[in-house]
Amino acid sequence: MKAQTVPPNTMQRLRRNIGKALHHGDRIWQWLTIGAGIGVALLLLGIGWMLWRDSADARSAFGLGFLAPTADASWNPVLDKFEAWPFIYGTLITSAVALLLAIPISVGIGIFLAELCPSWLRLPLGWMLELLAAIPSVVFGLWGIFVFLPEVVEPLGTFLAGTLGLLPGIGALFAGPIPASGASRLAAALILTIMIVPTISAVTRDVFLAIPRSQREAAYALGATEWETISQVLVPYGLSGVLGAVILGLGRALGETMAVTMVIGNSIGGAVSLLRPGYTMSSIIANEFAEAVSRLHSQALIEIGFLLFIVTLLVNMAARFLVWRVARRTPQEGRA
Amino acid sequence: MLTLANDLSRPLPMVRTGAVPAKEEEAAEIQTLPVKIDIRGLSIFYGKFRAIAEVTMAIPAHQVTAIIGPSGCGKSTLLRALNRMTDLTPGAHAEGDVILDGENILGPGVDVVPIRQRVGMVFQRPNPFPKSIYDNVAYGPRLYGVRKRVELDGIVERSLKQAALWDEVKDKLQQSGMALSGGQQQRLCIARALAVEPSVILMDEPASALDPIATLKIEDLMQQLKSEYTMVIVTHNMQQAARVADYTAFLMIDGERAGRLIEYGPTSRIFTKPEKKETEDYVTGRFG
Amino acid sequence: MTNTASSTHFIRARRGYTRRRTANAVMLVLTGLTTALALIPLFWIIGYVVYQGGQYLTPAFFTELPTPPGTEGGGVWNAIQGTILLVILAGLFALPPGLLAAFYAAYYPNTPLGIAVRFSTDVLAGVPSIVIGLFLYALVVVVQGHFSGLAGGIALAILMLPTIIRTTEEMLKLVPPSLREASLALGAPEWKTSLQVVLPAAGNGLITGFLLGLARASGETAPLLFTALGNEWFDFRSLIRSGLESGMNPLEILVRIIEQPVDSLPLTLWKYAQQPYPERIHQAWAAALVLMAFVLAVNIFARLWILFRARRMKG
Repeated sequence: MKAQTVPPNTMQRLRRNIGKALHHGDRIWQWLTIGAGIGVALLLLGIGWMLWRDSADARSAFGLGFLAPTADASWNPVLDKFEAWPFIYGTLITSAVALLLAIPISVGIGIFLAELCPSWLRLPLGWMLELLAAIPSVVFGLWGIFVFLPEVVEPLGTFLAGTLGLLPGIGALFAGPIPASGASRLAAALILTIMIVPTISAVTRDVFLAIPRSQREAAYALGATEWETISQVLVPYGLSGVLGAVILGLGRALGETMAVTMVIGNSIGGAVSLLRPGYTMSSIIANEFAEAVSRLHSQALIEIGFLLFIVTLLVNMAARFLVWRVARRTPQEGRA
Repeated sequence: MLTLANDLSRPLPMVRTGAVPAKEEEAAEIQTLPVKIDIRGLSIFYGKFRAIAEVTMAIPAHQVTAIIGPSGCGKSTLLRALNRMTDLTPGAHAEGDVILDGENILGPGVDVVPIRQRVGMVFQRPNPFPKSIYDNVAYGPRLYGVRKRVELDGIVERSLKQAALWDEVKDKLQQSGMALSGGQQQRLCIARALAVEPSVILMDEPASALDPIATLKIEDLMQQLKSEYTMVIVTHNMQQAARVADYTAFLMIDGERAGRLIEYGPTSRIFTKPEKKETEDYVTGRFG
Repeated sequence: MTNTASSTHFIRARRGYTRRRTANAVMLVLTGLTTALALIPLFWIIGYVVYQGGQYLTPAFFTELPTPPGTEGGGVWNAIQGTILLVILAGLFALPPGLLAAFYAAYYPNTPLGIAVRFSTDVLAGVPSIVIGLFLYALVVVVQGHFSGLAGGIALAILMLPTIIRTTEEMLKLVPPSLREASLALGAPEWKTSLQVVLPAAGNGLITGFLLGLARASGETAPLLFTALGNEWFDFRSLIRSGLESGMNPLEILVRIIEQPVDSLPLTLWKYAQQPYPERIHQAWAAALVLMAFVLAVNIFARLWILFRARRMKG
């Protein structure tokens, strides 16, 4: 600055000072954005660390046996003895069944929306699926208790108990009777199916839409039918993205709480059957945490929460990785 | 619109050069060539917009026919109509007739799948499937029900040999087709198209994404293939048309931005003695 | 033609052709059917909730506090106020850090921190909401020693954060860089450019993203179970009146309000749905209707708005 040669008049000095003050703001602004970024990035670590810290006693008291599969697990707040297997089993079996049902439906929807439906229908149908995803979980639960369970799940469960339930081996999964209310693991699995279909199908649709047009043209030019193009060219091409979508859906299913808690019957029975009431990891927390009096009881619940956190974390990281990979592999293709 | 019955009752169509009357000696030469694809009054619309207007031309069998013209004149659109790839564009429809071996492929109720088996296509950018070289070539035959390994092996080998790729890939048939170089990928795509035994091959600027050496290989290939196939290529490269094509069609947009056939005839005449001012301007580089 | 082996292949191909066409038609119809199947629950739920909830929606439902279980009458005024409070708190806690982090992620996407922000945002969106509830219990409830609207609000804020960051980031990327450069070239400082030029240019998208986040948060129950807990007597008016009577200043009253356990509509719905009293179940249906109508209305509005904007930008 060569300001001393020309003595600055008042206006100039004033303007420069204001300018300086404003550009000081830039440094603050920069630190604020960085700080917020760090905060968001640290949030996940913070959650993990808190849950880890607050389940220390439970972990040292029960060790790995807490998670081990047992036929007659005990969950006893009076004796302070806790084993989480029934909830882990409940979460696994309901999510697995939900995925099994949701995959064909969602992939079908994704294909229909991306490849087959008339373009004027694509947007409204996509919206409807998003609305289905937006309905609050408790509303699903309420509808489940009073409509879906008596109208669909109970008759279906009775039918399954009388058919599949009689088979050797797999029959254990369908051993009846289903409670008259319909509240059962099957009910939870079916509600979960309805809830994760929008997630999986939306991502599947996006994966299909991202596949370069040249791949379709190559297949059609060889005389492939629409279905042959879809099943033999597009599905293999987008497979890892579809897998990502499915895993994303799995993440939703594992963590879903309210609707499941309302329809699963909340019982710590030892039976493996889908037609019997059960518990999931999230529903035991939802039901008992606010009333957990003993330290070990609430710590055991936090440990379940920690487990849920880690599992969904891994599942989501895997899903993001797969979806990202498809997006990255897809080259920018020009059109003639 | 002419009906199919009407068409079949006519004598074997001869090459007609559209808007341009053929010269005497030229006409005599062309008379001897059987027609593979007879395009009559073909217009193609995208919604209300007409991209191709009333193109009439006859494509001779076992020759290389090039479609040239400035960019945006509808060359690719015209080419894509010949195996009904235009169907894939929402809102596109065609009027007029495209008669392949005596059958109007734009006729009502015509199934596109067998047409695309008979008329293969190679695209501007190589688009191999992310599968092995073998599976890329075998994809088409498998669609048509060829399951036996021995037969597939034979088809794959023959197609790759025809596409002049066999020697380069015979030891790595199980590698991904995506791992090949650009020129090799394009020849793989040609082999893939040949494997379903079409009688016509359409090529949409097949060398525009390739380096000069790879381009040369593709051009040689076109010459070799014409003994067995009818070739129609779109190119923006006039030298390429002059090098490889026996016949050349020149397209340009009219005042309504619709592509029209300006001139069509033997390549040597189009490039040396064009009859239309527009053609001359274009081939001498004064335009486009 | 010349190749006899080839022609035999295609004779066989013709034979399989009907089967190929049939398989094609069947599968295409099936994908359409799966779409229809997935939409059945949507219409079933909406229809049934409107039918049931509509019957029990009374003026008192919106204006009165709950009556004791098993008695007629009363409303969920407590839960409506609680929902409003929680949503405002969530918005306040989520918006500033969300916006700032999104600015960072949008402008420095490939720095380690930028990648970390985008990655953790994506992963955070998948963390079960009940786990967020446990986290806030440990972070706020245990520290304060009691359940509170504050804890619930922060829990909802964390749930909103991914939506806010993601939509803001997308919108900021859509703002043409020339706009930002023009402002910077005029000598405007970065923060002013960001807040006064870039943010308004991205504004509409931000508002829709924020609204969608709010809608999602307002329907959440799990993170409130052991943070906000529920409070059948929660009422702004009585809290303010008793505060004024005991000579508190407005700030103290505000603190007192957010330190209370509060109720929310989804929380009320969840509790009422499991009670044996028909009146409460009726109110649960009415609550479901109000909640669903709000959430769906915000969603539809937001999407129409985006569509409208996109059309206008194109045309």
